[in-house]
Amino acid sequence: MNPGLLSTTCAVASRDVLLALRNKSDVANTLLFFVIVASLFPLSVGPEPALLRTMGPGVLWVAALLASMLGLGRLLAADYADGTLEQIALAPQPLGALITAKIAAHWLTSGLPLVLIAPLLGLQYDLAGEALSILLVSLLLGTPVLSLLGAIGAALTLGLRAANVLVPLLVLPLTVPVLIFGAGAVDAAAAGLSAAPHLSLLAALLALAVFFAPWAAAAAVRIALE
Amino acid sequence: MNWFRYSSPQTFYPLAGKMVPWFLAAAAVLAVYGLYVGFFVAPTDFQQGESYRIIFIHVPAAWMSMFIYVVMAFWAGIGLAFNTRLSSMMATALAPTGALMTFIALWTGSLWGRPTWGTWWVWDARLTSELILLFLYFGFMSLQAAIDEPRRADKAGAVLALVGVVNVPIIYFSVQWWNTLHQGASVSLTKSPTMAATMLTGMLVMALAFWMYSIAASLIRVRAIILERERNSDWVKTL
Repeated sequence: MNPGLLSTTCAVASRDVLLALRNKSDVANTLLFFVIVASLFPLSVGPEPALLRTMGPGVLWVAALLASMLGLGRLLAADYADGTLEQIALAPQPLGALITAKIAAHWLTSGLPLVLIAPLLGLQYDLAGEALSILLVSLLLGTPVLSLLGAIGAALTLGLRAANVLVPLLVLPLTVPVLIFGAGAVDAAAAGLSAAPHLSLLAALLALAVFFAPWAAAAAVRIALE
Repeated sequence: MNWFRYSSPQTFYPLAGKMVPWFLAAAAVLAVYGLYVGFFVAPTDFQQGESYRIIFIHVPAAWMSMFIYVVMAFWAGIGLAFNTRLSSMMATALAPTGALMTFIALWTGSLWGRPTWGTWWVWDARLTSELILLFLYFGFMSLQAAIDEPRRADKAGAVLALVGVVNVPIIYFSVQWWNTLHQGASVSLTKSPTMAATMLTGMLVMALAFWMYSIAASLIRVRAIILERERNSDWVKTL
């Protein structure tokens, strides 16, 4: 008898989380990259608090965007190389659901750490209390979208030589709306306006991406496995 | 008449060969007439002077840039759904023309912006979304170029083009809202509400010319792709 859909997806997700936790340096590297990129900006544009306050939301969001591109290599490539992905595709459970589990595990180990450390970096950019909490919420809503869109790029480039360079090229233009609404929410909060419209739009993007992206990524995985 | 007869590369290749000269000739005639209307018949704009005449290139190119992306995604989707080789080849052949049109639209827009707005580039909603469209074309082309096996390149490109076509309206509206939220309308693209009839004629004729050119260019390119992919088949050897 086949195990149920829920237990299979949980098994795939917990396997990926466990693998990531055993290779702590992978998780740490993404996080370090995020911190270093965010620290480079004050060095290049100058330390004036007023300037940093206006730049902060945008810089932190761009840094999170770039950092989330880094981890996409390990989302599917290792499983593709050793044949695990083929076994997953052969499973009786729908491939889209299993890919969703992999994406969720990927977000837990690469997106969530970014979200948690972002307020600390926000303090370096002199963001005030409310802007900081909005930054946290916007990243919490936005980084899953980045992982979902990134999964499509990662699946399309499976097994290609130039995959590492190609993925950001394919995915970054698609993430423009996330960047706009994510940074916009923090901007609005810093200016004393309501961030709710931005956050609602971010949540709408997340709902759309959760629905469509695993499906497109599953189609791309099948193409790569043919 | 059975139209599906021409869905095979072998029968489409000679048909495309016969059509190319006609589309090229139509493009040339329409372009000459459209440019004549645009440069000699259409009146000078009372606000923008002579510099407005770049719209006879700029607007058709901008229209084509967006339209070709949709057509490309359509053919790519057909190729993915029905596993038809020719449709995917058509999508691949359309991409460079679409990217060229996007580039022309950005370039001429920049040339027009310098005398009119006093700057080469503004982060206006339309410019920004056109720039992102150019990135989408580049992504499609570089993905296909990176995959050695043609059928996988077709299908992977199709998934990317379809994801892109869903995203284009989202990107467009988000950029528009971003622009209005950030800086308000510091520069406005709104022209005088009524356009002289000759200006409109010139623009529409030029748009037709761009259509004909795009069709001819993609047919020439699809012929080359057919030859490249079918080089080991018997009918190519007897050409």
